[in-house]
Amino acid sequence: MRALILLLALTSALLSMPTLALDPLPFKDRAEEVRFQALARELRCLVCQNENLADSHAPLARDLRQQVFEQMQSGKTDEQIKIWLTDRYSDFVLYDPPLRGGTVLLWFGPLLALLIGAGIVTVIVRRRSRDVVLDNSPRNSTEEDWQ
Amino acid sequence: MKLSRLAPLIGFVLLLLLFGFALRWNMHNDAREVKSPLIGKPAPSYSLPVFGDSSDRRYGSADLQGQPYLLNVFASWCFACREEHPLLMAERARLGVALIGLNYKDEPADAQRWLAQYGDPYDTVIVDYDGRAAIDFGVYGAPETFLVDGAGVVRYKRIGPITPAVLQNELLPAIAAAKGGR
Repeated sequence: MRALILLLALTSALLSMPTLALDPLPFKDRAEEVRFQALARELRCLVCQNENLADSHAPLARDLRQQVFEQMQSGKTDEQIKIWLTDRYSDFVLYDPPLRGGTVLLWFGPLLALLIGAGIVTVIVRRRSRDVVLDNSPRNSTEEDWQ
Repeated sequence: MKLSRLAPLIGFVLLLLLFGFALRWNMHNDAREVKSPLIGKPAPSYSLPVFGDSSDRRYGSADLQGQPYLLNVFASWCFACREEHPLLMAERARLGVALIGLNYKDEPADAQRWLAQYGDPYDTVIVDYDGRAAIDFGVYGAPETFLVDGAGVVRYKRIGPITPAVLQNELLPAIAAAKGGR
């Protein structure tokens, strides 16, 4: 009885997973499903562009999930599936785009912004500390005058 | 006045310029547009059922080999296609190349009604009921229009409706180039 309850609880937990509810695909085992979900999360939905393929309800996302699933079944590796997709939809479908000519700014842009910011801060701090030194000397002398 | 006093003003003006530029840029460009990796590459091969043909006739890239043509992805459920349609009807003659309609994930009866109501500008309409051929073309939102040259290479792609400006400034010159380039 207890085993049955546990089984029911597990099944309902599995069924309530959002990705499963989206469109149940006939995975042959749990490992394949995990692999599929991991891959689908790395892929961008072209219709609602801030969603990944695993979560999107767009019809195109459903079609692409089906294609990814079929290619997995036919024995393609994740890498081959990604190439298949980028051949059609460009690097934009990948949430983790490869480092190449066109994506250099994407990869190093934040670092560049950080360096520019650090440079500005350094200049300001240097200038202020110099000003403080200059300001201090006359003030010190006035303090001495009061004494 | 010391230059450092002006720094906030200068920063503000720079930001203003940046935002103004971004606003202008967004008016003329669609940030959601995904550049097609197919341009300059051979179009995918496809062979699809001919719309409204009761026999099992199929039509596709092999039949179109040797001539430049436009492939226009449309559907009756697609609102922007309705927007584009009058232009295709009116400017059909000016295109100077075959216009192939790819009916994308549509119910045949709906497509039939749509073409009967608004007119059929296409030389041939082929049916991509499950959307697989469209995926090979990297279609993600109808309407999309591809210009394929005589060698079967994709020369130009328009995502979204063709407007009079796009027709004049992009599509017609691309067609001329595709015809001349043979």
